[in-house]
Amino acid sequence: MKKTIITVVGKDTVGIIAKVCTYLADNQINILDISQTIVQEYFNMMMIVDTNQTKKDFAVIVEELAKIGESIGVIIKCQKEEIFNQMHRI
Amino acid sequence: MINIFEVAETNEMIEKENLDVRTITLGISLLDCIDSDLKILNEKIYHKIYEAAKDLVNVGEEISKEYGIPIVNKRISVTPIALIGGAACKSAEDFISIANTLDKVAHEVGVNFIGGYSALVSKGMTKADEFLIQSIPKALSVTERVCSSVNLGATKTGINMDAVKLMGKIIKQTAEATKENDSLGCAKLVVFCNAPDDNPFMAGAFHGVTEADKIINVGVSGPGVVKTALSKIRGENFEVLCETIKKTAFKVTRVGQLVAKEASKMLNVPFGIVDLSLAPTPAIGDSVADILCEMGLEYAGAPGTTAALALLNDQVKKGGVMASSYVGGLSGAFIPVSEDQGMIDAVSAGALTLEKLEAMTCVCSVGLDMIAIPGDTKDTTISGIIADEMAIGMVNQKTTAVRIIPVIGKGVGETVEFGGLLGYAPIMPVNKFSCDAFVNRGGRIPAPIHSFKN
Repeated sequence: MKKTIITVVGKDTVGIIAKVCTYLADNQINILDISQTIVQEYFNMMMIVDTNQTKKDFAVIVEELAKIGESIGVIIKCQKEEIFNQMHRI
Repeated sequence: MINIFEVAETNEMIEKENLDVRTITLGISLLDCIDSDLKILNEKIYHKIYEAAKDLVNVGEEISKEYGIPIVNKRISVTPIALIGGAACKSAEDFISIANTLDKVAHEVGVNFIGGYSALVSKGMTKADEFLIQSIPKALSVTERVCSSVNLGATKTGINMDAVKLMGKIIKQTAEATKENDSLGCAKLVVFCNAPDDNPFMAGAFHGVTEADKIINVGVSGPGVVKTALSKIRGENFEVLCETIKKTAFKVTRVGQLVAKEASKMLNVPFGIVDLSLAPTPAIGDSVADILCEMGLEYAGAPGTTAALALLNDQVKKGGVMASSYVGGLSGAFIPVSEDQGMIDAVSAGALTLEKLEAMTCVCSVGLDMIAIPGDTKDTTISGIIADEMAIGMVNQKTTAVRIIPVIGKGVGETVEFGGLLGYAPIMPVNKFSCDAFVNRGGRIPAPIHSFKN
């Protein structure tokens, strides 16, 4: 299974996780893991998800998530896990 | 499993420290296009490149989206045109038509540069080589995206001083032909000693005859990432310094390797090499000179600069080599002047001279790069500068290059603006003493004794 990493960074506000999760559920994207911290008052969340069931193109998901981020004032990025594995694992 | 801090570190590198993949370069062999009819040759070249590269830009953008990493340039390199056009071109003017074809196809597939308007003349010149070289000034003034390079020497062959002399003239003529644009043509022209066959970086990229029909080469970049990593270990000893550079270079190179493999799969073209060069841009925080300053120098060019650059170059390679299955191209730290804000500042402050830059090229890739000099510099002086740089490459068995811009109508103290990734540069003074009699001797400098290893 190829995994995807979604990161959300920005000022903490009500309903960030709800919005992202609703979008993922609507598009058959399964959440495998969520971790979250607050660094210097900034909300920092990472989700590991499985995008195998979704019918949408990866590029479309990237754009739609970025738009959701804009609407609630946070930055949402969606990247294939491979780039992090390559960089941080030998 | 990957954790949130590792993800944050990677994204910080991309967003704040200018980590990017500098170029995906698709190397295309044009050997099967050779024809004695110029019109047919041009058609074959156009179709071969178009078919091979039509998806290159889209694939680059798709990979960029999937991994969230910018891929700044998508480029093409082709077999040196002097070899391809030899049978059809009976004059320098004939070669211009090939330059136009390359420019046209580059526009059509959307790449920003196409390299390989080149001749390899390290030992001698064929008639075709001479025609191509003579056509360079016009070719670079009538086209926009074509890049040209000439290999003038090699450790195995020595230095072709006839060609060195000729290139002094050609560089000046190219400057004249593009003087309306601050002699921009010279920014697309580079001369080499020991030119590599698989270099993905412009202006010197060409697809060597030792290469496969098509190949993907990738150039990574990340001076800002190295600088930020070093800013966290100020005052620590050299062991810590070197370890930090090595680990950072490993991470940066892994991204290049990933992108190269992915591009290779999507384009169905074999993966060639990752070039480990630290390539700066004029953007603030994307500077090799800033790394040198972070190591403890007031400006690049201060005493200690050559040592600092030598260790940087070596550690980048040590970290990078393990991160990629195939490493090649130029692989080292680039020290262009106009493309690096820290270098520009060093020149403006009077800390960095042409002579110091020459010393620095002994320990890094690639050479005297993007240096603006007064427009009234003599042809022979340019040839002398080239000969010095070629000698460094020949004796040290490394690649060296010269990309120098005599800015017509401008002198020391003035500034020249190239725009975009090429940046801007203060015009640097050149040693005024003559080397006419030396350059005018003609012939070639024999290969050095340590090249006879058989």
